[in-house]
Order: sequence, then structure tokens, then C-alpha cells
Amino acid sequence: MQVTSSVRKPLITGGKTVHDVTEDICRQVEAKPSKLWLMAFGISVVTLAIGFLAVAATLWEGIGMWGLNKTVGWAWDITNFVWWVGIGHAGTLISAVLLLFRQKWRMAINRASEAMTIFAVICAAMFPVLHMGRPWLGAYWALPLPNTFGSLWVNFNSPLLWDVFAISTYFSVSLVFWYLGLVPDFATIRDRASGMRKKIYGALSLGWDGAAKTWSRYESVSLILAGLATPLVLSVHTIVSFDFATSVIPGWHTTIFPPYFVAGAIFSGFAMVLTLMIVTRQVFKLHDYITIEHIEMMNIVITVTGSIVGIAYITEFFIAWYSGVPAEQYAFFNRMFGPYWWAYWSMMTCNVISPQLFWSKKIRTSISATFIISIIVNIGMWFERFVIIVTSLHRDYLPSSWAMFYPTIYDMGVYLFTFGLFFTLFFLFAKFFPVINMAEVKSIVKSSSEKTA
Amino acid sequence: MKENQKTYWKGIEQLTNDSEFVKKNSSEFPEYLPVSNEEGNSNRRDFLKLMGFGIAAASLAACEAPVRKAIPYLNKPVDVDPSVPNYYASTYVNGGDAVSVVVKTREGRPIKVEGNKYSTIAQGGTNAQVEASVLSLYDKERLTGPTKGGADIDWETLDKEVTAKLGAIAAKGGQIRIVSQSVLSPTTKKAIGEFISKYPTTQHVTYDAVSAYGISEANRMSFGEAMIPSYDFSKAHTIVSVGADFLGTWISPIEFTKQYSKTRKINDHHKEMSRHFQFESNLSLTGSNADYRTPIKPSQAGPLVAAIYNGIAAKAGQAKVSGGASVDHANKAINELWANRGKSLVVSGSNDPAVQVLVNGINTMLGNYGTTINTDAPIYYRQGDDQAMNNLGKEMNAGTVAGVIFFNCNPVYDSAEGSAIAAGLSKAELTVSTSDRMDETASAVEYVAPDHHYLEQWNDAELREGHFSLIQPTISPLFKTRQSPESFLKWAGQDVEYYTYLQNNWKDSYFGRQTDTSNFQTFWDKALFDGVVELGGSSKSVAYNYSAAASAATLVAQNYKAGTGFQLALYDKIGLGNGSQANNPWLQEMSDPVTKATWDNYVTISIKDANDLGITLVEGETQLVNLTVNGTTVKVPALVQPGQAIGTLGLAVGYGRTKAGKVANEVGVDAYPFITRLNGANIMDVMAGVNVTATGEGYKIAQTQTHQTYMGRENVIQESVLSEYKHDSGAGRWHPKIYKEGKYVKPSKITLWSGHEYNNHHWAMTIDMNSCTGCSACTVACQAENNIPVVGKQEVLNRRDMAWIRIDRYYSAANPAGDKKELENAAENPEVTFQPMLCQHCNNAPCETVCPVAATTHSTEGLNQMTYNRCIGTRYCANNCPYKVRRFNWFKYHDNTQFPDNMAMNNDLGKMVLNPDVTVRARGVMEKCSMCVQRIQAGKLAAKREGRRPVDGEISIACASACPSDAITFGDLNDPNSKISKTLQIEEKKDGEGATERVVNEARAYHVLEEINVSPNIWYMTKIRNKDKQTEA
Repeated sequence: MQVTSSVRKPLITGGKTVHDVTEDICRQVEAKPSKLWLMAFGISVVTLAIGFLAVAATLWEGIGMWGLNKTVGWAWDITNFVWWVGIGHAGTLISAVLLLFRQKWRMAINRASEAMTIFAVICAAMFPVLHMGRPWLGAYWALPLPNTFGSLWVNFNSPLLWDVFAISTYFSVSLVFWYLGLVPDFATIRDRASGMRKKIYGALSLGWDGAAKTWSRYESVSLILAGLATPLVLSVHTIVSFDFATSVIPGWHTTIFPPYFVAGAIFSGFAMVLTLMIVTRQVFKLHDYITIEHIEMMNIVITVTGSIVGIAYITEFFIAWYSGVPAEQYAFFNRMFGPYWWAYWSMMTCNVISPQLFWSKKIRTSISATFIISIIVNIGMWFERFVIIVTSLHRDYLPSSWAMFYPTIYDMGVYLFTFGLFFTLFFLFAKFFPVINMAEVKSIVKSSSEKTA
Repeated sequence: MKENQKTYWKGIEQLTNDSEFVKKNSSEFPEYLPVSNEEGNSNRRDFLKLMGFGIAAASLAACEAPVRKAIPYLNKPVDVDPSVPNYYASTYVNGGDAVSVVVKTREGRPIKVEGNKYSTIAQGGTNAQVEASVLSLYDKERLTGPTKGGADIDWETLDKEVTAKLGAIAAKGGQIRIVSQSVLSPTTKKAIGEFISKYPTTQHVTYDAVSAYGISEANRMSFGEAMIPSYDFSKAHTIVSVGADFLGTWISPIEFTKQYSKTRKINDHHKEMSRHFQFESNLSLTGSNADYRTPIKPSQAGPLVAAIYNGIAAKAGQAKVSGGASVDHANKAINELWANRGKSLVVSGSNDPAVQVLVNGINTMLGNYGTTINTDAPIYYRQGDDQAMNNLGKEMNAGTVAGVIFFNCNPVYDSAEGSAIAAGLSKAELTVSTSDRMDETASAVEYVAPDHHYLEQWNDAELREGHFSLIQPTISPLFKTRQSPESFLKWAGQDVEYYTYLQNNWKDSYFGRQTDTSNFQTFWDKALFDGVVELGGSSKSVAYNYSAAASAATLVAQNYKAGTGFQLALYDKIGLGNGSQANNPWLQEMSDPVTKATWDNYVTISIKDANDLGITLVEGETQLVNLTVNGTTVKVPALVQPGQAIGTLGLAVGYGRTKAGKVANEVGVDAYPFITRLNGANIMDVMAGVNVTATGEGYKIAQTQTHQTYMGRENVIQESVLSEYKHDSGAGRWHPKIYKEGKYVKPSKITLWSGHEYNNHHWAMTIDMNSCTGCSACTVACQAENNIPVVGKQEVLNRRDMAWIRIDRYYSAANPAGDKKELENAAENPEVTFQPMLCQHCNNAPCETVCPVAATTHSTEGLNQMTYNRCIGTRYCANNCPYKVRRFNWFKYHDNTQFPDNMAMNNDLGKMVLNPDVTVRARGVMEKCSMCVQRIQAGKLAAKREGRRPVDGEISIACASACPSDAITFGDLNDPNSKISKTLQIEEKKDGEGATERVVNEARAYHVLEEINVSPNIWYMTKIRNKDKQTEA
């Protein structure tokens, strides 16, 4: 068993008992939906529907509905893709890496952040499909499927293909990991329920019997999956960064991208977890489970990764100058002072300056400050991808081809669509699934050295 | 239709009304059917059989193939083999412009026009208008038959009524006029002559939308011979042009480009090139290519010519004339002209006879007649008589013209007398137009007797004295049109087929002038095969009348006064020309070589004047200005043009059509009404009464390139001056080196690529930036060859033009040593560099590695190929293309009513122009230059059928064969004797390990972006300007 010092502050406050945990978490699932939830869910569905119009228009008329052009072939689509994938990093990091490092504070937040991961990856996966000129073919031609087209096969040299593998692996492992954790909690709900609900949760809990053997297997599988998931946390964004790093475009062709992207992903992922967590905590009154302690811990992670990202930005500039490659130098000059200077400076302000505020204990333990900064960080991270993609493309080698990118309402609509999708899924999850891992949290209601009451 | 009353008996039984028959006939199946066996012995087998048949029949009926309208040949035409193209020599004729061409037809449809290499004039060159003309054939706006008052009638009625009216007018002695642009066909002229002899009150009035009357008038004054001589720029070492855009639009630009480019070809063995001085107001294509260019106001042109005259006269010992004001570089030009006496040429674009008289004097003193100017073979492209046309306007307005026939012309729109003629039309008894569409003139006349398109007719053309080019039909007439000379003959009472008439005329007039053959049929067949017949000109006296110079100089001094206000220089664009082909979307969407604008005309304004007026041009965003010319105000967008003379404005004619068709209507403004008159000629320069004010209303000009300079990037443009080149063939070259293990090495030495082996062919291309004039013929040729869609103004604004080959135009920066921001600004009077940019067919192609589905791959012959069927449209390849030459199908451009301008893909008629060898690309796929792979394959197959290797030059690709300056060389690097191997001076070297390495020894050849080592198969040759010093303006 793990050993925890008795001088550590308790992770769950308010003197909760094991039964209280079950009650507090299951209440959300069992009670009628609250007005607040209905409202939030309604807004999400409406957003989804409005966004769907943009998606439908894009599919019907073509990619020309977006603001892309002959020079800038990717803009909001891939920006949004990388942004969502980045957001999808925190969940697995929290549940897998922190599990391996035995960080028990993760237990209260891992369920929601894993759910967020899965939904974010779903949103992210929308873009590689939607951005294709012919998604009805590309959706399966991009897979190495046996076919009757002769010797046609995918191109294993293409980083886009690596993306397909990286994202799908990450998605499936995260999904399994998340679902596995849900099984004991579903069983808890099943045991408390009757009628139709009992049947549904019964099916979802896969016949969980709570036997010691079952628990033992459960923990072994969790550990194995955590081990599997951990390298994925690093690999996914590394591979996404290869889309750019392996190209010849100044501003993309950079070896620093893999670590820089992974740090950025964790940075934005944690920010998104915080944004959602603070709302959930408030709405579901989970103050005793998600404590200031949690928020502070996560803020520290944000400051660390934010600083890594900041150093990466500066290193890029240094290398551009040091390389002596004029095209590279111009690309970075253009980021700072070109027509998209505002995007660059937004990125710098949001990503490099704002997380430094967390050096102050007052700010990093303030719920409202954390909430605001977490949103600012995600805005900054969106700009980071926009800056990398658009400002590199719009002025590359031949000045004759230099052009501007102006988004259309369809670019925005498709982005909105993924927001609608994300929140619809998240609110459904929050209502029908236990948002906190009851089984695990019960293990930390009392510190290990204490006698269980 | 009437019901068929006949009755057919089923048999004799029915006739006899046999009782057995009557009984059986009432049941559905009169005969025995095994299924309806009443005895009940139908068995399971029968049931299954019938069921099986029923299901099979039902399913077969359900999957009936749709009816397609493909009709097989019952009797195959002799010359038409499916999928095998036929080529016919013919002549492109549009008004006074004519070029000998070869027309490619597929299954009886002309699909591509190329230059005729047998022609000693254009020598196989074309321009954008010639290349685009094949699409005009399939224009839906063409009239499908004769009309009267806008309603369709038949030819018999039209002929009857027109002949009756002509007869009535002639009987009264009323005046009849035939109005046309320059008529090049001698046989047509003969037919008109017969018409005139039938109706003797008829006069034939000729005009040119863009007139050169001043030159012929000046020659009359100078030499007593009204003509335009032919010029030979290839013999000129010093070329001085005062406002003549001879590479773009002046008189015979294709011919001049061919000649000029010969003087710009340099290599290690020949380090001489012509020096070209240009003095002009607008930055023309010619000015962009000049070595020394001086911006002048239109009012300075006359005095400048007088000053050059005086400068030369001083050296030649001739009397000086009065007036004359010099400008920058004029003295240098005078000295060099004199030094190159007899090997120089002075031309002026002015239509003022007085200026041209002085130009003639200069060329006479320089001894250029007989060397660079040939009066023995005058050219016939511009026969217009401005004086006669002006009279016609007056007569028509006065109502003294009773009958008028507009022969393939549209003077209501494209002449300075447009409004007078329009007003006079209602006063005439008979008004006829032979226009192919209801244009501005045709819609105002009573009868329209539409002529054939040039691709549908038999005819001839005399391009210059004694140089003939024949026109033969390449398709039978699409509509119920009739050739106009045949109409003239018909109205003159002669019922003769024009082909017979043409042949007879040739038999009578020209057959006797040659000695090659005594058999007319042999002569005729050879003439049609070659397309051109040269019978030689006649010698003319060129005794210059120096007294004409003195009086001309007086006129110049009177008329050219530098006022304080703006001056306007009208011009015609190399794409749209005089606007007669305005409804051709290929021309509308062709990016102007200098301004890079499409789908518009605009006022060009100098950087200084734009700053004063507060006008900027950023990413095509500009503002509308009010342009006032002699009291008329139009609202037109302003385009800030580096190189525009300060205080001058430029505006293109050919736009502002109202009745040309859906594509052209309401595009731009009409500038023809601004043409003024001077010394009896129509002048494109407006020297007074011009004003321009900013309106503050925003406007977007659709430009395909919005960035002006090349940012000092030597990896893109490598250039030098001749003086440097003379002692270093590698002058201007930039050699990137990369640091590796202690030393600097060439980028090609550091690579992860294992390279490709090309065992059979290795296709490659060189582009000589020194001879490329930027004319953009290649871009339209490519569009025609490769079925490239037209996307329309809005999509060009969205930066989604589809051109596979584009001309990148770079200005020199105002401050070349400035910081990165300052480098973006073009100089006030910049040096211009044109760089054709297309897929570089990289050996280490960055696009090929990134495609997830391997839709773009490398061929075994060095081509980078695109498999449209496989493409899923991720656009990764386009992003990773350092040359940005890949084009994406953002929308479905074919069969889509949202893209009506894409004429070639949106109606059945337009689709006839499509090249069946090239796929029309679907929405959502990437496309790009294929190096005309269909032509390469066809060439290889032709050679294979004959059991041999393809010969160098046999396979030509669309851009290379269109190029009038021979800047593009395409060929096989594996063939050591090919032109390209020789141009690049390819040498096979063995390296240390015994592998052979191909070394390019031509010092001028470079790869754009060599440092990234994508290893293109396209080489560019450095641009060398003939300047004394690198830094001169």
C-alpha cells in the first residue's frame, strides 16, 4: 500500500465519510436535471446546431466557404485541430502520469479531465476530416485499408498519416482507460437504482461484482493502461508537431517543435481542465472534493509549462537569427512586425506573461483569477497555433505569392460547431456519469495512516 | 401528327374473322403458355423458371443505362479518328490583328491555337489574344442566325430586304457606307469592290480601334507614300521607343517580340545584346523590359522626339528644327543611336503625324531605312483612316448617309465617333451589321447578318505586302451564320460560294506570281498546308522630305505644352486589347503582366500623386476616384503604379462594354470617348483638361500578386548588368553554401534523399529571364491546353486564381539597403523583372513526401505528377510547396451556375473547347502544372509507333510553344544533343566513387531557392540588363 504522511493536509475536506462521497456524487446522476444544467445544455445544443450549418455548407459547397487561398492552405482548421488536441492532453496526463507518480490529489479531478480529453480529441478529429477537399473519400483512404484499387497504399512518409495513427491510438487508449475507471462507479449507481436506470447502468458496469479479485484486476489493468498511456501523452503532440517540423516552410521547419508542442499542450490542457473544473465545482457544489489545493497544484503546472513555452518562443527567435538563414529570419521578423503582429503579441501576452502571475500565492489560490487566466491561456494557445500556421504560410519564400488570410463566418461556424459538440458531450457526461471517481476518492477520504472510522 | 389509319393483320385468320381466332384473341395470351396450364400439371420447375426470369427481367429493367447522346460514325470521315488530333494551318484574324496559326482539332472540334512556325513574321509565336480566340468560337452569346430588329429571320428574307433597300437607295443616289476595321483579306476586299461597283455611291470607311493613322499619314508627308513600314528589331543594337509598347500591343507585337528577343539572347560565346531606351508615361510591358526607362508626360513626348531629331541632326549635319526639350537618358540615347547608325531603330507610339514625321527624319538620318525599317514590305495591320472615320461620324449625324453596313466592327463602342454614329443610325434607311453578337452597334442596327468565326471560314489575309496567310475552316459553322464577303457578293447580285470565289481569285491574282509549280491545285494545296505564301513586296522610294520635318516641329512646339494639371495616357492592355474579345473569360482573368490585375480597368497613378491624393493600394484595396476628362467624369478605381510618370494617369480601353455578353458587361469603364484628335488623327494622349479627385469610396482590384518587390532575395531573382556579365559569365549569381564538418559545401551535397534514376527520359526546362518579356501568352496557352477553370473576380480577390503558370513580376525596391519593412516598397521608377513560375518538378519534391495518400508522386522521367482520382484534398502539398504553384479546387467550378464566367465548363457549347486528353478536375482536389504530360505521352507514342526515339523538339509543351520570345526551352536531359542539354552545357562527370554526376556548366543557370535543395528540373537564367553600371536608374 501507499504510504502517506499524516502531517499532509487531507485531500478531501469537510469531514466527508465514504457514504457522503457516494451520496454527493450520485446525487447529480440520480436527481432530476437542474434548471442551470438544462440551460447550459440547451445553449450547447443550439451552438452545435448553428455550427452544424457551417459544417453542412462546407461539406455541400466545398472548402472555398472558408477564407483559405492559394498561399494559405491551412488556417483555422488546423489551428483548431492542434488546439483541441492540445487541450486533450491534460486528462491522460493527470490520470496516467500522476497515477504512476502516485499523486493522490489527482483522484478528484481525473474523471472529468479524462472526459474532457476524450471530447476534445473528438472535436480535434473533426478538423482533419472536415478540412479535406473530399472527406467522403479521405475519411477512409487515409487509413491503410486493404483495397481493390491495385497496389494503392497510404504514404507512410507523410506526417499526416502519422497523425492518423497517433490520434487514433491516443483516443482509443484514453477511452478505454476512462471507461475502465467508470465501471466501479457505474456499479455503485446500478446498486442504488431501480427499473430502467438499473438496467442501463447495469449494462454499463459490465457485471462488476466488487469482489477482491475484481478490484485487484481492476488496479492492475489501470496501472498497465497508465503505463501505456504515458508515452502517448508525449507522442501525440510530438507527432502533431511533425506536421510542421518536417516541412520546408520557414517557421515550420524547426527541430524544437516536439518538446515545445508537448509543453504547450499540457499548458493548454491544464488551463482547460481548470476552466471546466471551476464551473463544475461551483455548479455541483463539489468544494470539498475539488479544493483550493487542487487548483493551486494545477496553477503551478501551468506556470511551469507556460515558462517552458516562453523559453521555446525565445529559443526559436535566437535560432532564427543564429542560423543565418534569411528566409527563417524574415519569417520571425514577420511574426513580430508583419501584418499579423497582433496575433503574435496576443500569443506572447497570453502565454508567456499571464501564467507568470501565478508566482503570487494570492493569485494562484484565487478562484476567479485562476478562472480568468485559464481562459486567457487557452486564447493564447489558440493564437500560438494561428501564428505558427498562418504567419509562416502567408509570407514564405516567393514574395509574389504573399497573401493575407481573412476568416469567413464559415471558419468561425465550424469552430463554433466543435464548441457546441464539446459542451454538449461534456454536459451529458456531467449529468449522466459520475463526475468524480467515487471509488478512488473513497480511498483518500481518510489519510492512509488514520484509522478508518 | 395524324393517327396512322392503316391496319395490319396478325394473320389471315384475323382477316377472315375465324371463330377460333376471335375466341383466342380475347385472352391475353392467345397461344399456349406453359404456366397457365389448366390441367394443373405446371410443376415446381416451371414456377422457378418463371420466377427466375421475372426477377432477372425486373432487375435488368431497373438497371437500364441512361441514354447518352453518343452517336457512332456510320461512315467515318476520312480525316477524323477518335482521339487522334488533326492540325490545320490557318490565320487568326481579329480586326486588323492577324497571326498565322496552326489549329489543333479533336473529333472535329478546334481546341487549341498555336503559332505557325512556317510564318516568317510571327515565327510560331502567339499572344494571349490568339491563344484565347478558340474560346470565343464557343461563346454562347454569339448570334445563331440573321436577325431583323432583334427578331430571328432567315437569310433569304434578309437578302431580299437588304438588296431591295440597297437598290432603292442606289436608285435615289443615296450614300452607302461600308464601315470596317482594317481588312487584311484581299479577296474580301475584292468582294467589297464588287459590291461598290454594283452600288457606286458606296464608300468603304476603315478605322482602327487603336489607330496608327498618324504613322501612315507621316509616311505620306515624309516619303509621299501612305503606309506603315515593317520593322526589324532583330537588327537593332540601339532601340529607342517613345511611348511605343512594341512588345505588348503596338502594331505587330508578336513579330516584334520575336525579333527583340533575338537581341536579348546571350551566352558565353555571345555576350552582346541590344540596348533599349524607353520614354513613356505608363509603365508598359515594353518599358518594363527596357534597359533605361524614363517616365515622361505625354506632353513631353513631342518635344523629346524633336530634341532627339536635333541631337541626331547636329551629328548628321542636317538642319535643326525648332523646339525640342530633352529628358533624362535622351543624350545617352542620341549618342548611342549615332554610334549604331544603320543598326538602330527609333519608334514612337504617338499617333500624331507631326511626331511621326520627326521619327522618320531621325531614322532617315540614322540610315535605318533598308536595315531595321523595310518600306518595301509595308504592313497592313492598321489601315484605318481617322479622317474618313471622322467624316463618317459627321455625315451620319447629319443624316446624309442612307445605308450603312458595319462589317465586323463595333464603332458605337470602340471608336472616338461612337456617339455620333449611334445618333446617326436612326437617320439611315438601311443599317446592317455583320457582328457575331448583339454588341453595342449590332443592337442599334436593323439587320444583323452574322459572320463566321475565323475558325469556321475560308479566307486569306495579306499581313504585309506580298506576305499571305490562308484561313481554312476547322469546324463546320456552328450556327446559321454566313461569311460576310459572301453576303456582300450576294447583295451585289452574285450568287457564288465564297470558297470558289477565293480560289478563283487566287488562281487569277497570285498563282501567276509564283514559279514553284505550274499546277494550281498543287500550289493551292501547298499554300493551305503551309498556311503562308510569300510573293514578295515592291520597292518604294524613301527620299525624306526635310521640309516636312520643319513644319512638323512647328506643330509639335504648338501642340505639346506642359500644363499644370494631370495628363491621361490611354492604352490597350495586352490581354483584352481593344475589347473586341472582351467576352472571353480567359482574357478577362489573365493577370496583366505589369499591374497583375484581372477583371478590371483602373486609373494608374504614380506613387507620388497617390500619396498626395491619399490613395494607397494594399492587398488590392484601393479607392474609387473621379476622373474628369474634358468635362466628362467617370468613377474608376485607382491603382498605384510604380514607374508611372508623375502628373500622368493611365487608363485602358477595351473595358466598360455594355453589350458584349454576360462575362464582359459592366466590367470596368469605357475609355474610348476620351480619345482626342490632333492633326487629323486620333490621339490616345489627353494633354489637358484632365483631373482626378479621390472619392474615399473603397474598392478592391482583383490582383493575382499583391507584393511588389522580391525583398532583395537573391535566392529568387539573380540579376546583373551586361558590363559585369562581359567579364564574368556568373555575374549576379548567388551560390548558397552550407557549413558541414568544417567546410562550406553546396546544398546538394547534404541530403537525405537517395535520388531518382531516370533511365529513359529526364524532362526539364530552362527559362531565360533575359528574353522573357512577361507577355503572358504562356498563361493563356496553358489554360487552353490544360482545361484550367476561370474562377471570376471574387475568387481572384480571394486569392484563388487557378493558373498553373504565372508570371511573377517584381519591382526593384525604393531602398534596396533598407530594413525588411522598407524593402517592401517599390521604387518610384523601378527596374522590373519577370519570372514565369510553375511547378518546378523537384527531384526532391517536398509535396510528394507529405501527401498521406500518395496522390502526388514522382515519375520515372523526372516529372512530379498529380493523381487527381487519389487526391483527398488535405492541401498539405500546397502548404509545403516553397514555390506556391499548387492550385486547389475550392469549389466545383464545372457545371456550376455559381461560376457562369467559367464559360468552358458550364454549358454544352463552351465545353467543346475542353481538351479531351486532360481531366476536368473535381471539387476538392489539388492540381498543378503537369509539364503537359499528355503531350509528352502523345509524342512518345508517335515515336514508338515508328520504332524510334522521340526527336528533340518534336515534343513541345503549351507554354514553350506559345512563347513569342523563345524564353522557355523544354527537352530531355538524357539526350546529350537536345537543345536543353546544350543550353545548360550539361556534362557527365564521374565522381570519386565511379558514379556519374550531371554538371550544369552554363554559368547563368540557377535553381530558384537552391539552398533548400529540392533540386528542381527547371532552371532559370539570370536576368542581365544592358546597363553600364549596376546602380543606374
